[in-house]
Amino acid sequence: MNFDFSDDQKMLKDQVRKFLSDKSPLSVTRKVLESDQPYEKAVWKGLVDMGLTGTAIPEAYGGLGLGALELCVIAEELGRAVAATPFSSSVYLASEAIKLFGTEKQKETWLPKLAEGSIIGTLAVSEGLNAASPRNTTTSFANGKINGTKRPVPDGDVADVAVVVVNSGGTGEQAISLAIVDLKGAGITREVLRTIDPTRSQATITFKDAAAELMGPAGQGWGQLQRVLDGAAVLFAFEQVGGSEAAIEMARDYSLERYAFGRQIGSYQAIKHKLADMYVKKELAKSNAYFGAMMLNDEGSELPEAAAASRLAGNDAYVFAAQESLQTHGGIGYTWEADTQFHYRRAKLLSLTVGSSAQWKEKLATRLEAKNAA
Amino acid sequence: MDFNDTPEEAKYRAEVRAWLDKNAVRKADAKDAEQSKTLEELLKRSKAWQAKKAENGYACITWPKEWGGGGGTTINNVIYGQEESNYAVTGSVFAIGLGMCIPTVMYWGSDEHKARFVKPAVRGDEIWCQLFSEPAGGSDVAGLRTRAEKDGDEWVINGQKVWTSGAHYCDYGIVLVRTDPNVPKHKGLTMFWVDMKSAGVEVRPIKQMSGDANFNEVFFTNVRVHDNQRLGNVGDGWKVALTTLMNERLAVGGSQGNADVAELIKLARETEIDGKPAISNGAVRERIADWYVQAQGLKFTRLRTLTALSKGETPGPESSISKIIAAKKMQDLGSFGMDLQDMGGIIRDRNISPEEGAYTEQWLGAAGYRIAGGTDEILRNIVAERVLGMPSDIRVDKDLPFNQAPKGK
Repeated sequence: MNFDFSDDQKMLKDQVRKFLSDKSPLSVTRKVLESDQPYEKAVWKGLVDMGLTGTAIPEAYGGLGLGALELCVIAEELGRAVAATPFSSSVYLASEAIKLFGTEKQKETWLPKLAEGSIIGTLAVSEGLNAASPRNTTTSFANGKINGTKRPVPDGDVADVAVVVVNSGGTGEQAISLAIVDLKGAGITREVLRTIDPTRSQATITFKDAAAELMGPAGQGWGQLQRVLDGAAVLFAFEQVGGSEAAIEMARDYSLERYAFGRQIGSYQAIKHKLADMYVKKELAKSNAYFGAMMLNDEGSELPEAAAASRLAGNDAYVFAAQESLQTHGGIGYTWEADTQFHYRRAKLLSLTVGSSAQWKEKLATRLEAKNAA
Repeated sequence: MDFNDTPEEAKYRAEVRAWLDKNAVRKADAKDAEQSKTLEELLKRSKAWQAKKAENGYACITWPKEWGGGGGTTINNVIYGQEESNYAVTGSVFAIGLGMCIPTVMYWGSDEHKARFVKPAVRGDEIWCQLFSEPAGGSDVAGLRTRAEKDGDEWVINGQKVWTSGAHYCDYGIVLVRTDPNVPKHKGLTMFWVDMKSAGVEVRPIKQMSGDANFNEVFFTNVRVHDNQRLGNVGDGWKVALTTLMNERLAVGGSQGNADVAELIKLARETEIDGKPAISNGAVRERIADWYVQAQGLKFTRLRTLTALSKGETPGPESSISKIIAAKKMQDLGSFGMDLQDMGGIIRDRNISPEEGAYTEQWLGAAGYRIAGGTDEILRNIVAERVLGMPSDIRVDKDLPFNQAPKGK
């Protein structure tokens, strides 16, 4: 039985934690919140200098050639720090999609640059106030050009390249393909979106006859997208576990320092049980995420269920920890000066970033139905 | 990451499996004749199996050989448990004695006690029960009122214990009593071992809400125990009890309820809501997804704990979450399985109800499981205090002599 990360992976985790606690404390995330800057360049540069953007990219394409497990430990620390970087968009979404489904030429073109962090990538799925589906994906691809609007696109304002979910003609899922678009090309307008979490930037991107290349044969995009989202769900679950731990710690520390009615508020069962519940949800999320990591790393047959379970437990744990951590702080927790808001914002953002719980519960039920066939 | 045994673990597992194949019948091949129908049959079969295990080093695997144990590791014990669970054998009547009572005797008893009691218990010749809880002391065990008064070399015990599993077939028990009501509650307790056949010990089954009777009340009326039956010093009973309860946490675990997510999916296919299969209903699908996530979370939390044991490390505090989740999930899933049968959900008949009535039985049973071995609320306190380092509750009776502390009826 070896259901744990290796010593090397734990060492990597420690290094990332050390770097982030040094270079990306919440005061740095606050700087992003309180300015127009899309992300913190020094943090991004530091992650790039450590080679982390190339973690899971094969050496042949300029990466470190490590696996998903290494990405998971990095993700947990980025989540704990509530870091303001485009790492997830570029690494969990764009790099993974291109690595999985890009043509050889596309991989040669994009992966080395993504690995060395000289460009930022993203994935453009959503087109508005809906869970994306083949039916509501209207951004069209024809003759090497795409037309349509994607919103919100994570890091869409700063990304250099996007994997875009497009309708390439046909019906149902067969109409959907993934396309690579160089966002520096012509026919692209971007507009920064106002969102609940300004520490991670989002944009509307409008494509007007923008040059695009399909990833592999047309009509396979919906299945490909599900695989990319499954992987991202696991990686985001680690961010959620890290974020939950930080939010719980913040609430615990405050409950020990704050007195009401002559005693520490942490001595009241109403607070103790709330924090115990936060811990329980966090551990369930962590255990599910571990299995998700194992399935992702091994490309195991249970990845679809494991990813959905990681996603759902992660959403549940972090949203609960963040909102109840703020609640534990009382009035001070609701002020602009308080750091509780970073988790409150980020938890909700992450819970929607690759699809809501409602969407994933439906996916999971469908996957379980298929698995437990009548 | 992988779920594979290390080479040593694989070797041990193979030995265990070979031994079990030779000496026991697989559950799948077990006939009705191999099921115990009466308590006498169960005890006879259990004792025979325990003796066989003890002869071969599979009883109390982690205990030293000199005490009749197997001299093995914790992971050996886990592997044995995993393998044995596939066979039609049982050791449940020994769980409390060997899991809690005998470890207490081994820690606090005299050499004479240990020589007398440990090996017969390991072999299953003698069965032990634990007499702590009382009508006036459940979560707050230290509030117990059973008195022991010194009379020469003996103590005279009067009072009542409750929720004592197996008291009706046990040979011995460890009993926690109040020896001094004039000091604060934790300081006035003392632990003894007691012969359950002593004059004045009366065992009465408790009929539970479910209609079953798995526990007993035990009444003590002028029961005399010799002072040499004392475990630990007079007034140190709480310290001794903590040794017992520490072992309880290691003894708790296992699966809860017979109906889980796979069964629920099956039931949702067979039942209808508004004339359509229940499985197509969004509310049903949401619950299926939620419980799957919980079930997987529990399973993989266990595997994280096993990994630590496998590496020879002390498991982290994550294992403390299991019962909090498992008991409530068992109750809710049972309840929802009944809901899916709509009006039919009220029926308690294994010939009519799905999964031979498993949903109903686990809904009834879970109400007790959420209380036994630490209520949901006490477990949350434990997580908050021991894992998160939060302050313990304010105890208004902490410094008051027990006989002056506020009490209910």
